[in-house]
Amino acid sequence: MTAAIQRRLETPEPCPIPEPVEQTELHPDLNRAHVRFIGLGKTYNGQQGPVAALQGIDLAIRRGEVFGIIGRSGAGKSSLIRTINRLEQPSTGRVLIDQVDIGGFDEDRLVTLRRRIGMIFQHFNLMSAKTVWQNVELPLKVAGVPKEKRERKVRELLELVGLQEKHKAYPAQLSGGQKQRVGVARALVHDPAILLCDEATSALDPETTQSILGLLREINQRLGLTIVLITHEMAVIREICDRVVVLEHGRIVEQGPVWEVFGNPQHEVSKTLLAPLQHALPEELQSRLRSQPPSSDAAVVLRLQFTGSATDEPDLAALFAALGGRVRLLQGGIERIQGHALGQLLLAVTGSSLGAEELRQRAGNWAQQVEVLGYVV
Amino acid sequence: MWFDRLLQGFIDTFLMVGVSSLIALLAGIPLAVILVTSSKGGIYEAPALNRALGAFVNLFRSIPFLILMVALIPFTRLIVGTTYGVWAAVVPLTIAATPFFARIAEVSLREVDHGLIEAAQAMGCRRWHIVWHVLLPEALPGIVGGFTITLVTMINSSAMAGAIGAGGLGDIAYRYGYQRFDSQIMLTVIVLLVVLVAFIQLGGDRLARGLNKR
Repeated sequence: MTAAIQRRLETPEPCPIPEPVEQTELHPDLNRAHVRFIGLGKTYNGQQGPVAALQGIDLAIRRGEVFGIIGRSGAGKSSLIRTINRLEQPSTGRVLIDQVDIGGFDEDRLVTLRRRIGMIFQHFNLMSAKTVWQNVELPLKVAGVPKEKRERKVRELLELVGLQEKHKAYPAQLSGGQKQRVGVARALVHDPAILLCDEATSALDPETTQSILGLLREINQRLGLTIVLITHEMAVIREICDRVVVLEHGRIVEQGPVWEVFGNPQHEVSKTLLAPLQHALPEELQSRLRSQPPSSDAAVVLRLQFTGSATDEPDLAALFAALGGRVRLLQGGIERIQGHALGQLLLAVTGSSLGAEELRQRAGNWAQQVEVLGYVV
Repeated sequence: MWFDRLLQGFIDTFLMVGVSSLIALLAGIPLAVILVTSSKGGIYEAPALNRALGAFVNLFRSIPFLILMVALIPFTRLIVGTTYGVWAAVVPLTIAATPFFARIAEVSLREVDHGLIEAAQAMGCRRWHIVWHVLLPEALPGIVGGFTITLVTMINSSAMAGAIGAGGLGDIAYRYGYQRFDSQIMLTVIVLLVVLVAFIQLGGDRLARGLNKR
């Protein structure tokens, strides 16, 4: 590096103080929002005319929460997350960060903004010609941070992600999980207030995914930063998110706390995305299922859904007593998300004096949704 | 006497190739950077400049060296004051080598993963930071490989320049080997050129491999 460039790097850049936008239009709750989208839209010029990637996005992300954006590929997740650090320029609407509209930022203000927003990527995007140390150091170097401070910071972050031993290695010598840890260290090197995760675990195996998610949760709790992540895997959302939006064709089709969306998905897309996590009816059972009772001693098959909205966990003894007869558990599972018990039970009831409809109504006292699937012998 | 003549030829070739390639290196890299960054979606997007520069580069790339050399004679005289000898050959050689090398370097720069540029922007790099800290270091192994190819091509072209009076090994081979049927000289020159090219290729490959951390 030439002396001239070195000198330019060392002069601290003036930090512009952005003007807050009018507050009056915002609901008091939204004033606390860390990131806020107002009527956001993005249109690309495709080969067959304009393509709307995002339409009418209104959303507030709270300070310190882990916010998930989920959708199928092409739903607009990538575009949406990239409007937060203006890697993507919205066509309409506004993005506010700490109540400041970032729409009109010039290069200087964008650079300052981006140093307050870390980002990690699906394919890690590490510089192949730089060592682990140099990769983590790069954001500090371009910001003109003095050498001693750089060294302290890089060491601190490599320790946080558990890679201090590997600081001389090149990315090609690391495993996927290690590369993403370098990515995390690099993203955090400026002590950002927001961390954007662009499909950060989609290229990793399940075990490594867990360790990276654990790291993200730890960072969220220890450093209190806001995490916005996009993914197409519901499991990731369940693991670490507080709230979630479901995106389809560039629009928000569902949003809420994770337990709510998981316990009682409303939109088709949410249900489809949740499907891999739910137990489908076993095929063997499905083939034996009849819509009319084949004989008087046939068992009634009930599906009980627990959406997590009840204050208590299901009391099985009371439930079985209320149904009467012999209750067999065919399949089921309850999991806890954010302190709510949700899931489903598949029950076969024989010898009860009650009819199918009555059974359904009684079970409704314990489960939020009950369905009579049919009869088996 | 033969040895002296061959040695002088070798030095002349070395000078012609060395000087023109060095200038091509210094001019070609910035040219390649401008070509890549000004293209559509580049960090300094400027379609008009990109098209003009691309056309200019293609113009020189499409003229066969022998013709370019002759066509440039007035320009060469203007620059170095003569149209004869090593320094007169350096002018057309440089003008042929720069666009050639710039195109190869451009390919290497273009191959840098767009994700890396995005990551650099996300971490708060200015555009010239991206050129300096991302594009050039990531493309370096390819650029070294491209420069090796340029050197070898310039040895080839310098032999042609020798035929119209630039000196060097090509001149010796042409005058003694072709015009005087001295196949011994011809053979010696061929061996010398093969050895020279082999060394350059070997060195270039090694350097590129050493720089490639992927």
